[in-house]
Amino acid sequence: MQLCQDQEPRVSDAIFRTKGITKVYKTGDVAVYALDGVDLDLYEGELTVLLGPSGSGKSTLLNILGGLDHATTGQVWFADTELTLMSDRELTKYRRDHVGFVFQFYNLVPSLTALENVQLVTDVSPNPMPAADALELVGLGKRMDHFPSEMSGGEQQRVAIARAIAKQPEILLCDEPTGALDSTTGVQVLEVLRDINERFGTTTVVITHNAEIQRMAHRVIFFQDGKISETRINETRLAPSEIVW
Amino acid sequence: MHAIDIKLLRDFKRLWVQAIAIALVLACGVAVLLTSVGMYTALSETRTAYYERNRFADVFAQAIRAPTSLLGEIAQIDGVLGVEARIVGDTLLDIPGRDETAVGRVLSYPDTGRPLLNVPLLLEGRFPAPDHPDEVVVNEPFARANGFHPADSFSANLRGQKHALTIVGTALSPEFVYTIGPGALMPDNESFGIIWMSDRAAAAAFDMTGAFNTVSLSLAARVSPDPVIDQLNDLLEPYGGLGAYDRSTHTSDAFLDAEITQLRGMATVLPPIFFAISGFLVSMVMSRIVALERSEIGLLKAIGYSNTEVCLHYLMLAGLIAIVGVVIGWLAGAVLARSLALQYAEFFNFPFVIFQVSYRVYAAAGLAGVVTTSLGAASAALKAARLAPAIAMQPPAPPRFKRSIADRAMSAMHLSQPTIMILRSLLRWPLRSLLTSLGIALAVASVVSSFFINDALDEIVDLAFYQTNRQDAILLFAQDVPEIAVESARNLPGVLQAESQQFQAVILHSGHLTKRVAIEARRPGTDLSRVLDVDGVALSAPPGGIMLSIRLARQLNVQIGDTVQAEFLSGRRETYDLVVTNLVEQHFGLGAYMDLAYLNALIRQSPHLSTINITRDDRYSDDLHAAIKRLPRVTGIVEMNENRRAFEDTIKQNVVVLNTIYIVIAVLITVGVTYNAARIQLSERARELASLRILGFNRGEVSYILVGEMMLIAIIAQPIGWFIGAWIAAAMTNSFSSDLYSIPLVLKPATFATSSLVVLISAFGSVMVVRHRLDRLDLISVMKTRE
Ligand SMILES: Nc1ncnc2c1ncn2[C@@H]1O[C@H](COP(=O)(O)OP(=O)(O)OP(=O)(O)O)[C@@H](O)[C@H]1O
Ligand SMILES: [Mg+2]
Repeated sequence: MQLCQDQEPRVSDAIFRTKGITKVYKTGDVAVYALDGVDLDLYEGELTVLLGPSGSGKSTLLNILGGLDHATTGQVWFADTELTLMSDRELTKYRRDHVGFVFQFYNLVPSLTALENVQLVTDVSPNPMPAADALELVGLGKRMDHFPSEMSGGEQQRVAIARAIAKQPEILLCDEPTGALDSTTGVQVLEVLRDINERFGTTTVVITHNAEIQRMAHRVIFFQDGKISETRINETRLAPSEIVW
Repeated sequence: MHAIDIKLLRDFKRLWVQAIAIALVLACGVAVLLTSVGMYTALSETRTAYYERNRFADVFAQAIRAPTSLLGEIAQIDGVLGVEARIVGDTLLDIPGRDETAVGRVLSYPDTGRPLLNVPLLLEGRFPAPDHPDEVVVNEPFARANGFHPADSFSANLRGQKHALTIVGTALSPEFVYTIGPGALMPDNESFGIIWMSDRAAAAAFDMTGAFNTVSLSLAARVSPDPVIDQLNDLLEPYGGLGAYDRSTHTSDAFLDAEITQLRGMATVLPPIFFAISGFLVSMVMSRIVALERSEIGLLKAIGYSNTEVCLHYLMLAGLIAIVGVVIGWLAGAVLARSLALQYAEFFNFPFVIFQVSYRVYAAAGLAGVVTTSLGAASAALKAARLAPAIAMQPPAPPRFKRSIADRAMSAMHLSQPTIMILRSLLRWPLRSLLTSLGIALAVASVVSSFFINDALDEIVDLAFYQTNRQDAILLFAQDVPEIAVESARNLPGVLQAESQQFQAVILHSGHLTKRVAIEARRPGTDLSRVLDVDGVALSAPPGGIMLSIRLARQLNVQIGDTVQAEFLSGRRETYDLVVTNLVEQHFGLGAYMDLAYLNALIRQSPHLSTINITRDDRYSDDLHAAIKRLPRVTGIVEMNENRRAFEDTIKQNVVVLNTIYIVIAVLITVGVTYNAARIQLSERARELASLRILGFNRGEVSYILVGEMMLIAIIAQPIGWFIGAWIAAAMTNSFSSDLYSIPLVLKPATFATSSLVVLISAFGSVMVVRHRLDRLDLISVMKTRE
C-alpha cells in the first residue's frame, strides 16, 4: 500500500505529469518516433516555453497534452485524472472545459466576426467570461464586428488568444503563436499571453522557434529528436518588450 | 443565436447559387411526386366516390332483345345485388346549325324516376316525364359543345322518322366518364351525345316494348364477376346475348384505369431519379466544403465541439438546401397538382373532383427530400466527424499523381499542357467524373424520353389515318344489314367508293388464355380500311385464317401458324378453329381480321355488313349528310377527319405541355450538375489556375481548362444519355401499352440531336457563369490563402 502510493505522481503541485510517452507514426515500413519517451512535470500557474528544432516533437506533445491526440504508449495526467485512459468523448469534454488553444495560423472561422469567433467558444464552455470582455483583454474592443479578412495577422492572433482565454481555461496551449508575425506584433501577442498568465494564473505552454522568448518563461524545456534534452528554470524573467527579436 | 449557427447561415448564404441549383432539382422530385400522387389519388378517389354515389354497375351485358321476364332469373344469380335492364340504341341526330350529323346514344330512363344502377347525376333541369316521349336529358359535355340549354331542341332519326326532341335537363353518368362514340378514337363531345329518354319513349323508338337489350348488375362485396358472367351469358344466350363483361372491359372505366396506372407509374419512376441526382450533387458539394474547411473542423474540435456537433453542423447545411428544395417543391407541386387534376376532371367527365392531397403525402415527399440530401451529405459529414483534430489542423497531403499508361499516351500524342491537365483531372477522379456525366446524361434522357412521343404520335396518326383507315367516313347501322346496302351507299350523293365490313363479337381462346374482341371481316383487297404488317405490306386474310394484331397475338401467346378458337357470341354461338395467318401492325385496339365471304359461310348467314366505309367528293358533303339523315337504318356516321382532328388536338396539346415540362426539368438538372461541378473545379484549382495566369497564360487559355473539362464531361454524357433515354422510352412504350392503345417506339436522330442541343447549351451557359468568376479571380489573394 505504502509502496503504491509512493509510485503515484505527486498530484498536489504538478498540473501536468507525463510518464514515458511515445508517439509513433507509421508511414509505409518506416516508423517515425515523434515522441520517444517524454517524462515531464508542468506546474500550476507557470509559463513554460518549449524550444527545439523543427520535427523534434513539440507540436505532438502539445497536442497530446491538449487532448487533441493520443499517445502511442505512456501516461499523461491532468491534475489527478489520467488523459491517456480517456475516450474521445471524454477528451472532447476535457478540451471544452479546461483547455485553450492558440495556433500558429490563427485558425479563425472566416465567415464569423471577431466577436462571433470568440462566441464559438463561450457558447459551449461551462464558465466563460463575456466574449466582448475577452476581446477587450487583448485590446480589440473596438474591432469586435470585423471579419478576419479585415484584420492584420497580429490582430487575428489576438482574436485567437481572446477565443482561447474566453472560457477561462486552466491551461493555455500556444503552438508558435508568433510564428507568422513580425517582431512588434509578436511582442504585443506575447504581452497579452504574459498578462493573462499573471492576471488569472493560467498555466501556459508556448512553443516557439525564437530562443529569445525563453527569457520571459518560468520554465524552459528543450526538445531534441522526440526527447527532452534539457529543462531550465529562469530565476529572473524579462518582460516581452525587453526581448530582442 | 449560437456562433456556429451564424456560421451555418453565412456559409449557406455564400453558397446560395449552388444551393438553389441543387434545391431546384430536389424541388422537381418533390413536385413530381406530389403531382403524380395527388392526381393519382384525386382520380382514383373521385372515381371510387362517383361510382359509389351513382351506383356504377359491376357487370354489363347486351343482347338483341330479351324479355323483361328474364330479369327475375338474372336477379337469382348468386352474388347479384341489383339488376337493371335498359333499352340502349344509337341514332343519327340532326343538330340545328350543324351540317354534319351527330350520333346519339339513347338510354332508357325508368318511368319510376328511380334508376337502380348507373344513376345519372342531374346538373340542370329535370328528368324526362314518362308521358312526354319528346323530352330528353343529354350529357352535359354534349350540351356544352353544341351550346344547348334546357328547352332547346334537336331531332333524332328514330324508326326511320325524324323526331323532334326537347332538352329538359343535362346530366353526367359514371358510365360516361370517358365518353367515346362508336368508331371514334378520341372523345368528341360535339358529334357524340348521350340521350336519356323515358322508358316508354325508348321502347317505342327501338321497338322494345316488354323487352330490353342491355342489362347491368351490381354484385355483393367480394363476389368474383366471372361465375356471374358465365351464368348471365347462359341466360341471355337465347336472346342474342353478346357476352357479358365486367368493369375492366367497360370502355369508360378501362380508359380511366389506364390513366390511373400511368400516374402511379410516374409517381414511382420519376421522383427517385430527381432525388438521386440531388443526393449526388449534395454529396459532391459537401465533400468539397469539408475538404476546404478542414482546419476549421480541427479548430471546432480543438475548442471542444464534439464529433456529433461537427457532423450535425454539416448535415444541417445540407438540410437547409433540402428545406429550400422541399418548400419550392411543395409550392410548385400543390399548384401543379391542383391545376392538372382540374384539367383531368375536364377531360374525364366527372361532376366533381375530390382533390385532397393529404398532409401525409406532403410529409412523405418532404421526408424523402430531406433523407436523400442527408444521405448525400452523410459521407462528407461523417468524414468531418471522424477527422482527428490533430490531423485536421495539418494541411492535407498533396494528392498523389502517378505516371500511368494514360500519361505516357498523352505525352506521345503531343497534347498541349492545358489539355493534359484536363484529361489528368478527369482520370484522377474517375468516379466523380462518371457520376457528373451520369447526371448530365439523365438530363439528356429526360428530353429523349418525352420528345420521342412526338414521332411516335406522328407514326400513330400516319398508320391509323393515312395507311390503314383511308376512308373519309364510316356509316354505322343499328344492326347488321344485307350486304346489298353497300350498293345503295355507292349511289348516295358524292360517294366515290364504298366498301363493306362486318363485325362479330367473339372470345378468342388459346390454351387457357382468352380475349374478348370484335372480328372485322372484309372482302379481299379492300382499299379503304386496310391492314398492314410490320413492313407496311397490305394484308388480306385467306379463307380459314385469321389475322391478329401483334399485341393481341402476344396476349394470346400465339404466333403465325398457330390455331386459335373463336367462340362467336351472336348467332349460333359456335366455336371454330382458325389459323393465325398474319400479324398486323396496329396502335389502336386489339384487332382481329377475317375474310368476309368465309365468315358468312362459317356462321351460315347470307352476306351481311355492319358498317360501310366510304370516300366522297367533299363538294357534296352537305347533300350526303342530308341524304344519310333520311336513311332509316343508319345510326351514325364517323368522320375520319374529325376523328383525326380530335386525336391531334387533345393528344398533341398534352404532348406540348409534357415536352415543355421535360425540357425545364432537363435544364434544371443540367444547370444543377454543371454549375456545381464547375464551381468545385474552380475551387479546387483556383491556385493552379492562378499560377498559370501569373506564369503568363491569358484568360482564354486558363478558362479553357475549366470550360474544356466540363464540356468534355458533358459531351461524354451525350451517348450515355441517348442510351438511357432510349431505354426509358422503351420502358414507357411497354408500360403505356394497354388493350386500348399502344405507343410505338420511334427514335429519330432529330430527337437525340434536340436533347443534346438543349443539354449542351444549358451546360455551356452554366460553365460560362463560372468562367466569369474565374476571370475575376484575385490572383494575389488566391496565392496567399493556404490550402
Ligand atoms: N500525421 C503524421 N504522420 C506522420 N508523421 C508525422 C505526422 N505528424 C507529425 N509527424 C512527424 O512527427 C515528427 C514530430 O512532428 P511535430 O509536428 O511534433 O514537430 P515539431 O517539433 O512541432 O516541428 P515544427 O517545429 O516544424 O512544428 C516529425 O518528424 C513529423 O514528420
Ligand atoms: Mg510544430
